[in-house]
Amino acid sequence: MSSVTPDFSQLETGDVVAERELTLTRDTLVRYAGASGDFNPIHYRDDFAIEVGLPGVLAHGMLTMGAAGSVATDWLGDAGWVKDFQSRFTRPVPVDAKEGAPVTVTATVGALDPEARTARIDLKVVFDGSTVLGKAQLVAAFA
Amino acid sequence: MVNPEIQGRVYPPTAPYLVGREKVREFARAVLSTSPLHLDPEAAKAAGYADVIAPPTFAVTVQEATLAQLLADEEAGVDFTRVVHGDQRFTYTRPIVAGDELTATLTIAAVKQLGGHSMVTASSDIVDAKGDHVVTAISTLVVRGDENA
Repeated sequence: MSSVTPDFSQLETGDVVAERELTLTRDTLVRYAGASGDFNPIHYRDDFAIEVGLPGVLAHGMLTMGAAGSVATDWLGDAGWVKDFQSRFTRPVPVDAKEGAPVTVTATVGALDPEARTARIDLKVVFDGSTVLGKAQLVAAFA
Repeated sequence: MVNPEIQGRVYPPTAPYLVGREKVREFARAVLSTSPLHLDPEAAKAAGYADVIAPPTFAVTVQEATLAQLLADEEAGVDFTRVVHGDQRFTYTRPIVAGDELTATLTIAAVKQLGGHSMVTASSDIVDAKGDHVVTAISTLVVRGDENA
């Protein structure tokens, strides 16, 4: 890895520390279903999703949260570890069979606690012009 | 409607979950992580861990058995087909490491009625083989009311 390990003393509230565009595809969903054990058919069957009143196959909320978390932990590297991670699931992410769902993740320093050496990283996750996760916050404890 | 009397209920500990290295790697790839700490045991060891560490949302796979207890509890009255995941939180004492044997205990922290919906807050305490706390996973499940009622 060529990435630079973040230095706690260099962080400032409001810093954008990582930004990534990722495309959730049906392949991503199948992999997540297998890895997590969440086989709810709304995540892989259009006919089933439509029958229960959804626009089509949706990404698992926990996949979106997990992928957003990865943007932060890939940045964090071995400079620290994740003490706390929370999110609300405010809006569904429909995943088109052909195009997938392009999602942008922005990780910003939301708060710093120099005594505890923790940084709250706020994750903004946008799909189709709207934020899909609410209060997505990860607290990183630095060594 | 979810039975409000299950608030405070504590379920029996789940069967131990052995965290496998390949499972951690599979999960890390599934959430699109490229951090060597999740994928490369040597990198994890260099960072001071016994083996690869799990991404922070991995605990959901251990927590799942506790939510299954809730759904299987007939007294609780949770209709799975009407459940929406409202929010999720993980609070760690230390990261999960491959080789950990984890046991989860579910407590129903709260049951609230909001409009026609029920909101159930399920808190799962996850401990290692020594009984030391690793992570608490808290889910709020929204159980939609019956529109036809």
